[in-house]
Amino acid sequence: MTDLAIRLRGVVKRYGAITAVDGLDLDVPYGTCVGLLGPNGAGKTTTMRMLTAQAIADEGELEVLGFRLPEESKQARAQLGVTPQLDNLDVTLTVEQNLLVFAHLYRIGRADRRAAIERALEMANLGDRRDSRVDKLSGGMRRRLLIARALVHRPRLVLLDEPTVGLDPQVRQELWALIDALRTEGTTILMSTHYIEEAQRLADSVLIMSHGSVVAAGAPADLVAQHAGKDAVEVYGSPPRLAEVESTARAAGFRTRRTGTSVSVLGVEGADGRAPEGERRPANLEDVFVLLTGEEIA
Amino acid sequence: MAVASPPRARIGRLERSALTGVLVREVVNYSSYWRASTFSSTVEPTIYLLAFGFGFGSLVSEVAGYDYVEFVGTGTVATAVLFSSAFPAMFGTFVKYQFQRTYDAILAAPVDTEELVTAEALWMAMRAGVYGCAPLLVAIAFGLDPSWGMLAVPGVAFVSGFGWACFGVAVAGFVNSIDNFSYIVSAVLTPLFLVAGTFFPLSQLPEWAQIAGEFNPLHHCVELVRHAAFGFEGWTDVLRLGALVVFGLGMWRLAIYAMTRKLVD
Repeated sequence: MTDLAIRLRGVVKRYGAITAVDGLDLDVPYGTCVGLLGPNGAGKTTTMRMLTAQAIADEGELEVLGFRLPEESKQARAQLGVTPQLDNLDVTLTVEQNLLVFAHLYRIGRADRRAAIERALEMANLGDRRDSRVDKLSGGMRRRLLIARALVHRPRLVLLDEPTVGLDPQVRQELWALIDALRTEGTTILMSTHYIEEAQRLADSVLIMSHGSVVAAGAPADLVAQHAGKDAVEVYGSPPRLAEVESTARAAGFRTRRTGTSVSVLGVEGADGRAPEGERRPANLEDVFVLLTGEEIA
Repeated sequence: MAVASPPRARIGRLERSALTGVLVREVVNYSSYWRASTFSSTVEPTIYLLAFGFGFGSLVSEVAGYDYVEFVGTGTVATAVLFSSAFPAMFGTFVKYQFQRTYDAILAAPVDTEELVTAEALWMAMRAGVYGCAPLLVAIAFGLDPSWGMLAVPGVAFVSGFGWACFGVAVAGFVNSIDNFSYIVSAVLTPLFLVAGTFFPLSQLPEWAQIAGEFNPLHHCVELVRHAAFGFEGWTDVLRLGALVVFGLGMWRLAIYAMTRKLVD
């Protein structure tokens, strides 16, 4: 008996001199949505690829749905669905033909195939576009189809690799509703993203990755409380003014982060007048993300 | 939420359901491009047949005891096999993994690289088996006498096409740029295509070239098709078929090795 859909211990993946994943431990309990949050190059996609054995770990133990990887990855893949970061649909086929192909690849029996396709079409709200060629669909519809394709065989676990990357806010919200519906149904989800709001809205717990390692893990609200406190003050001004605010706040024992146009001074609740003047707002996961993964792009 | 451990049933290698899944994808896709594919795979060898058959045919009436049109008509079956297997395998495989990322999607399903490569090669071999017959049908229209032995031609084309499809997949797996195919086409395929006994018998060449020709799988395909049309030559043809099988098996394993390196980090 196990209560973990994914269990990774000490996983290392190297590409030559570069260590993409460095001693990763990851637990995804059944029925939860776990977010892998991290900047580009943090090792999220490599982790996803290791879970389907499209990348083989150099060290460590990997178990997916109780199957050891990479030896038993095929058994695991039969029960999981994957939505890739980059669109890899067959663009000259129709929506329905794409689902038909994957109904075969996921070994759905002839008797159940039609119902599985209809269910996936309904879930992705693509019923009225079933006969449309994929290259005639909008970006949002293509993303929905990618998710539907991953769900056609009712997987126990779904891997979503940057599911809303590059989409406009309306389409992103549409997809969030779809992912939330999956979560409500009890499907286990591991979702990589670098959109903080996405992780905050959808994930029961979040792992923040940086340079191939987990630098923090927990429920989004707990991470915010632990690393950024309850409230923050946003101070705007010229670059010299921001540098001064930053320096003063740090000297007073506050944690700060740059937002580009302002400095956020964190954990100012109960500061008793020691906090600088500025716009007060609740601390959020983005504060934690930038604090833990660094302010500069590697 | 505690969940019972899954049954440990071992999923085997080269499973029929995995091969079927990949083949279904190819068949469904084929419905969108069959016209272009059929055109290029059949018209080109047919043009060779007509150009050489009637061009050289007006200068050379008989070669190796055969009417020249019949000689070329049977020989260009191998050309059609090559054009409908090695070339689509090279370019198609490269496009599918590099640009369309189709193989990433397939390998996320319960399909292994070995099954993916095998199913892709089988599909191209089937097409080669069908397309390979086109020049023969054209030759029949221009006077080649049909014979029962010709019923073996789709089979010969299939076996030969499987080897060449695997060759193409292997090449696609080893190259880093689509431009590198030019080296393979110019330095490997064109010489093999010309020195296969399609347009002139190898017996016209120096002895060393005749010996080298026996290592050309395309030559065995040409000879087997010719013998299917005009009469088999017993054990010699069995050995030729064996050579094609060995070529196919060797290329199959090489293709799996190359694509595993390419697709699995």
